[in-house]
Amino acid sequence: MKRVILLMAIAFGLFAPVALRAQDSNAPKNNIILIKNATLLTVTHGNIEHGSILIRDGKIAEVGTDVKAPDGATVIDANGQYVTPGIIDCHSHIAIEGGVNEGSVSVSSMANIADVLDSDDLSIYDDLAGGVTVANVLHGSANAIGGQTVVIKLRWGKPASQLPFEGALPGIKFALGENPKRSNFSPPPGIEPRYPATRLGVEETIREAFIEARQYKKDWEDYKQKKAAGDQNLIPPRRDEKLEPLVEVLEGKRYVHSHCYRADEILMLIRVANEFGFKIRTFQHVLEGYKIADEIAASGAGGSTFSDWWAYKMEAFDAIPYNAALMTDRGVVVSINSDDAEEARHLNQEAAKSMKYGGLSANDALKLITLNPAIQLGIDNRVGSIDVGKDADLAIFNHDPLSVYAVVQKTLIDGRVYFDRQRDIDMRPALEKEKQDLLAKEKSAAEEKKKEDKSEGKSEGKSEKKPDAKKKKPPTSQSNVGGVAGGGL
Amino acid sequence: MSRVISVKSPSFQLIAFCLALSLAFPLRSQPAANVYAIKGAKVYTLAGPAIENGTVVIRDGKIAAVGANIDVPADAQVIEAAGLEVYPGMFDPITQIGLNEVGAVSATVDARELGAFNPELIAATAVNPATAHIPVTRASGITEVIAVPGIGGFDSEGGGVITGQASAFNLAGWTMEEMQINRQVAMVINWPSIETRSFDFSTFSIKEKPYTEAKKEYEKAVNVLSDWMVRARHYAQAKEKGSPDLFLRDLKLEALVPVVEGKLPVLVVADEARDIRNAVDFCAKQNLKMILASGSESWKVKDLLKEKKIPVILGPTERLPEKQDDPYDKPMTQPAELNAAGIPFAFASFGTSFSRRLSQYAGTAVGYGLPHDEALKAVMLNAAQIFGLADQIGTLEPGKLANIIVTTGDPLEIQTQVRYLFIKGQLTSTDNRHRDLYEQYRKRPAPTR
Repeated sequence: MKRVILLMAIAFGLFAPVALRAQDSNAPKNNIILIKNATLLTVTHGNIEHGSILIRDGKIAEVGTDVKAPDGATVIDANGQYVTPGIIDCHSHIAIEGGVNEGSVSVSSMANIADVLDSDDLSIYDDLAGGVTVANVLHGSANAIGGQTVVIKLRWGKPASQLPFEGALPGIKFALGENPKRSNFSPPPGIEPRYPATRLGVEETIREAFIEARQYKKDWEDYKQKKAAGDQNLIPPRRDEKLEPLVEVLEGKRYVHSHCYRADEILMLIRVANEFGFKIRTFQHVLEGYKIADEIAASGAGGSTFSDWWAYKMEAFDAIPYNAALMTDRGVVVSINSDDAEEARHLNQEAAKSMKYGGLSANDALKLITLNPAIQLGIDNRVGSIDVGKDADLAIFNHDPLSVYAVVQKTLIDGRVYFDRQRDIDMRPALEKEKQDLLAKEKSAAEEKKKEDKSEGKSEGKSEKKPDAKKKKPPTSQSNVGGVAGGGL
Repeated sequence: MSRVISVKSPSFQLIAFCLALSLAFPLRSQPAANVYAIKGAKVYTLAGPAIENGTVVIRDGKIAAVGANIDVPADAQVIEAAGLEVYPGMFDPITQIGLNEVGAVSATVDARELGAFNPELIAATAVNPATAHIPVTRASGITEVIAVPGIGGFDSEGGGVITGQASAFNLAGWTMEEMQINRQVAMVINWPSIETRSFDFSTFSIKEKPYTEAKKEYEKAVNVLSDWMVRARHYAQAKEKGSPDLFLRDLKLEALVPVVEGKLPVLVVADEARDIRNAVDFCAKQNLKMILASGSESWKVKDLLKEKKIPVILGPTERLPEKQDDPYDKPMTQPAELNAAGIPFAFASFGTSFSRRLSQYAGTAVGYGLPHDEALKAVMLNAAQIFGLADQIGTLEPGKLANIIVTTGDPLEIQTQVRYLFIKGQLTSTDNRHRDLYEQYRKRPAPTR
């Protein structure tokens, strides 16, 4: 919404993103790549100077200082550059078609983000250009229990069906505090305000839903048990798409990612989860997590937070940039997330702030955007560090990635270069020319049409709608500087 | 003899303690409260090359001397700053600091007035000196800001066309009277854009209208704006020629008089190239002194900006490109482009809680080609020049206000800490709400129960 949609491209029937962003049409011809001469920030076993990474079939095959390029390998000379594991954004709203909030009900667990993935969203490319390779794509925060969520790889150019991270457990979004109680929103005229309007009601909404889910689970278990015992005349319980994902939560087959701000509401959700015997996988935002870091650590939940956002609403007034470091010190697995397509472009800078605020080591700061979110999403066996056997999801920076001056040069997913800064720059003149050609074509077509209309208009009197070249100009965007996070932070 | 304070000690508290001592026992040999010498640091004056092992002497709120071979006055409190770096404090020239405490809580926000034309409103009127944002912001090395009414940012929406007057002030002081540098630095205009699409918050959807309709609305808005300027001129003439008793005082027109006389610049918010061109054209016709604000597509109108000598206050480099078919890195490379074209510009946060990201925005631009020294100027000096305050702030030169930061290194780098902060020559605390909460909760014992 922040940016303009180029109607022109659509008018020409163009597949817009193809025309607008470089795509990797010249993927390596073989499946062996060697990245050499780089400083490797492995995250799990220190930094390796003048190191190399051998990639075979999309996986990291060798890591070290004396890795030789096999015959026919594509060699990326990263002399003087830094290689990190691909950045993992544990809170994203990119690649979603339409709205991220099914806001009509307080329990919207039947809605599934995986159903509306949009592989044409330019934000995928923008975030790739920031070194992001994996995103936890979440439903919005308008509901105490929100929609189902999906972990994706940023495979720009692939169809939506190939975005989901194979084997990653799906999730569900919960939300506590001002958003589900609609403190900062008023319903459109004629619409009744929605329950709940207090944190008390938020708790009740979640508890109520899990009482239902528990009963639903029992109904199905009873049915299956009786059927297994040989009872033939049974009617199965009616399927309930709202409750099914909650049953999966009770069974540990679906992760809960809960939006939250204040300490009290975080403790509330830990109590409710204990009551029903499930775990909260991550507390999202968790801006007051530092106040109850011990309790969060004891619950086993991770914390996925912002670097330094604060004061944009009341429940964010006690937010501090030391949050990530303090929670880390108390044993919570912490990640720094974006919640915003733009913020995701510099998560490396955001992670570095935890060194300034709270004194994390460089490696611990880097973990906040690599290994830790991988652990939080249950995919650390596949990604999150530079280790043999893991997916070759990597970002190559021209400087230390924890420096403000670092710029991503290449981003690889499954051993394939999905973003290459130099190639992006090289392709710009051709893209600009293509755009100008299309504009010229459209202009002359419009003029032709005008002439035709004029000659027809003489005989028929009233002409049809006149094509107005000006109409084709790109409409203006909302010029809100700074950006508003898509999920309704 | 002068008192020496080690860099390694928790120095501010120590200095404050010493200060308290010296006030309690005003002995002749004690250092004076208003005289400091920062010694042994690398000093970046921004008025010449950096000075290795330099000394800065501060007296009575102003810089008294800067150089490599400066005598430390006998009455100075000495700050041993070997290994540290000294810079002018950073200046965030478009913020809502003091006008906006908690973005979503309207009772705490005084950034947006009703009505489209409010030239008589002055930001300084409602800047809250006790806001939590001031200590948080200055801890990141920002020593002065301009509060701007009616400009949208991360924390709140903008609104109106002429939204009032921006005020420049130091980020320390008990009252606005003590803090202000200049109550009236610019008249703010949100340039009326040709908007065919708008986001409707009541339905959470995008509304569209035909271009012709949007254009008509735009032309009407500009006509109204022109009318204000014309009436302000007439008002000025009437006031000059006639007896004040003969007409009723009009606060709005009165506020516009310095604008049409070219004495008060207009800070015009515009992003799209078309809007910028229109705004420049308008200001030229009306003879207004224009400063462009935000300017996402300044790169498209470099020649015009250069020809008309229009400086730009850029919004965050960390934003998405204005158009989908712009290069993905355009907001980050634009500062380097403007610099190469010789267009004066400064960075601003356009926010409240994000003001402390100012150095990050500049640092990011360096990563994308802006020379480092130009980036420093773009957060320390340029805005002072653009708003006509460079006689008071922006460089470390004798006679200027002693707004100074002493850092552990490159002030644009994320991990750099501000060790000492001087505002109007006073050693100012970097304590703030965030550090207080951190100190409070890091000491929390393991939960009982």
